[in-house]
Amino acid sequence: MLRDITIGQYYPADSVLHRMDPRVKFIGTLAYIISLFLFHSWGYVLGTVFLISMIVLSKVPFKFMVRGLKSIVVLLMITLVFNILFTPGEAVVTIWKIHITKEGLILAARMGIRLIFLIIGASIMTLTTTPNQLTDGLESLLGPLKKIHVPVHEVAMMMSIALRFIPILLEETDKIMKAQMARGADFESGNLIQKVKNMIPLLVPLFISAFRRANDLALAMEARCYHGGDGRTQMKPLRYQKRDYAAYAVLAVYFGISILCAVFGF
Amino acid sequence: MSVELKDVTYTYSPGTAYEMHALEHVSMEIQDGQFVGVIGHTGSGKSTLVQHFNGLIRPTSGHVYYNGEDIWQEGYNLRELRSHVGLVFQYPEHQLFETDVLTDVCFGPKNQGLSPEECKERAKEALQHVGLDESYYEKSPFELSGGQKRRVAIAGVLAMNPSFLILDEPTAGLDPKGRDEILDQLALLHETRGISIMLVSHSMEDIARYVERIIVMNKGHVAFDDTPKEVFSHYKELEEMGLAAPQMTYIMHALKERGMDVDVTATTVEEARDSILKALKKRKA
Amino acid sequence: MGIIRAAKLGFDYFRYEEEGAEPEATRAIDDVNLDIQAGQFIAVLGHNGSGKSTLAKHINGLLVPTEGTLWVDNMDTSEEEDIWKIRQKAGMVFQNPDNQIIGSVVEEDVGFGPENIGIPTEEIWKRVDESLQATGMVAYRHHSPNKLSGGQKQRVAIAGVMAMRPECIVLDEPTAMLDPNGRKEVLKAVRELNEKEGVTVILITHYMEEVVFADHVFVMDQGRVVMQGTPREVFSRVEELKALRLDVPQVTLLAHELKQAGVEIPDGILTIEELVDALCQ
Repeated sequence: MLRDITIGQYYPADSVLHRMDPRVKFIGTLAYIISLFLFHSWGYVLGTVFLISMIVLSKVPFKFMVRGLKSIVVLLMITLVFNILFTPGEAVVTIWKIHITKEGLILAARMGIRLIFLIIGASIMTLTTTPNQLTDGLESLLGPLKKIHVPVHEVAMMMSIALRFIPILLEETDKIMKAQMARGADFESGNLIQKVKNMIPLLVPLFISAFRRANDLALAMEARCYHGGDGRTQMKPLRYQKRDYAAYAVLAVYFGISILCAVFGF
Repeated sequence: MSVELKDVTYTYSPGTAYEMHALEHVSMEIQDGQFVGVIGHTGSGKSTLVQHFNGLIRPTSGHVYYNGEDIWQEGYNLRELRSHVGLVFQYPEHQLFETDVLTDVCFGPKNQGLSPEECKERAKEALQHVGLDESYYEKSPFELSGGQKRRVAIAGVLAMNPSFLILDEPTAGLDPKGRDEILDQLALLHETRGISIMLVSHSMEDIARYVERIIVMNKGHVAFDDTPKEVFSHYKELEEMGLAAPQMTYIMHALKERGMDVDVTATTVEEARDSILKALKKRKA
Repeated sequence: MGIIRAAKLGFDYFRYEEEGAEPEATRAIDDVNLDIQAGQFIAVLGHNGSGKSTLAKHINGLLVPTEGTLWVDNMDTSEEEDIWKIRQKAGMVFQNPDNQIIGSVVEEDVGFGPENIGIPTEEIWKRVDESLQATGMVAYRHHSPNKLSGGQKQRVAIAGVMAMRPECIVLDEPTAMLDPNGRKEVLKAVRELNEKEGVTVILITHYMEEVVFADHVFVMDQGRVVMQGTPREVFSRVEELKALRLDVPQVTLLAHELKQAGVEIPDGILTIEELVDALCQ
């Protein structure tokens, strides 16, 4: 169950999107997310076309992306139900005191599409970009903040390490859980307080292990001469290629049309 | 009393691109009081196999029986099963969480619903079995040495009084003395309390020294299930599976090839020594 | 002059029980003297807690001695300005394969060290290629480390150290968490580095079989070097090793037992061939 989370995972493949500069992908994703909130109705056709093109370009199996949606099913359901039930307007169906309105259905559909597209859009970025490139991109985009003493490099490094250790810690959680179950632990029954108490045999070992790993890793990084961002060179420095400028141009056109959609209410 | 797997197949992520058969049509029965070794290289299905015995994993198809009862039938008490079939995972010291040794070992019995006094009694007995005396009761498990932590964790499972104890590589990462201590204590437990033990190990030498039966796993199948002597006589096939026989097997075969009349089925140093001495005596005479 | 030298090395761990109270000192290393020549394959044996890991961390400057001095290529490890040069000269591989890989892709991890010491980009790529080649991991360069086996992860870690062009590589129980195949794989990679690239190797272990190929073996107990010599010399002292919570390879043990039973064979037999030859003359 924990393995189904695909957000933040990298899917190795050889595609235009994989080769693209992470900064382009960052700005592209941002522009796409904003555009989703600019559209009103017909604009979503454009959003869909754009998303499908990206999915095809990414060469990542569609199944893989859909799996990432599983983790937000609950959130999605809640959003849909709330929008359907609590939007005032022209009632289509009335059951007892609950009115399902036309406006509610439209709003729910719009929110659903936004949420799904947003998640898929963001996963395309993480699936085609290694965490290292992602943080390099972020570091470079936020670079100007260094002037006002924001530790951009350190934050980027922390993010990239956190991303690497997520799968390891998930696996570890699974293992400790099973080990405690083998000792008769029960993680399912009982009321809320009981359940929280029952988590202690899982959480304490997990924290200890996380600290041990952090300690080991810090030592390993020091042994490999890591001493912050000063004087550091990069193996894969970010340099814009022709295709990146082309991508920016496409993005500009897309974003321009999105704004027009917003202006004309499409 | 026995534990039995009947035609068990286990598939990870069935129906997806990541589908993987960890076990395929595996059947075996572990009788009361046996000391069994399980070998197989990483990814051969050993770890998946052992988790079937106490119901941590539900087979995709096939059945698991404990004393003749299907553990996956409606209403079967799995938590109770887990106190009869104890499972010690690899690096079990990573599961310690209490502030002192005795309380940590009490965790299992407490979950079984025993009174605090009974829990302590059980815990003390278990700690004694792994060679840790009173002076350790109050200590924090986290200030112990690696080998001691490992023994506390094993005691944590022993305290549940299992009649069948499974250990997944209990000696990984320990120094030679620490390894021998744990294995000797297990052998003693097996002898004095009659517990059935299943030892998953990478060390053919350890396996050869302690167990009476070896199950060799390969690609999710049972490749061999026999006495150590019989299994190690197939050392060429074991090598093809990425495994090996104990060093003694190779020595005895090399000696035999050079014309020495030795017993090629010797797997421990003692057996090899006696066989060589006998052969030398014969040669002189 | 040796590449790694230590004179009267001592190190205390301090434990602070309470605020203001005198810290409790534990002697982890005691009067250790070393002189390791460039190109040697050195093994350090010792049970858990014998001080061998603490010694390893000194060679890389992760710990600084509380007594005595340790020199790496004539640089004193307690001199702070030389610390990055020392760590580049004497690379280190740790026990847990998961906790020392920083990159999310194999090649990026191998490049991490050179990035830190400010190597220009083209040169980093060259070094990464060479290191992956030397450890036989080229085919996995675009893989995620999480998908590799333990032995492969350790080879990535070794490649990461090699990319810094060290003269010496210290491996702190690199095989303790691996299965027999992983162990063989890592050991083979290490031996090749020593033989082909001429890197000085200091292998810390408690697997006796891994020590047989070493030029020189140090045995540690309670922070001291209690035995040293060639593997043959060390392994002929079976009883002493056992008293130190250690072992000898099974062949050696068999030879020893036969000798005690009155069979005439030489001391310190290390391989199956030697034993068979000795018995079948």
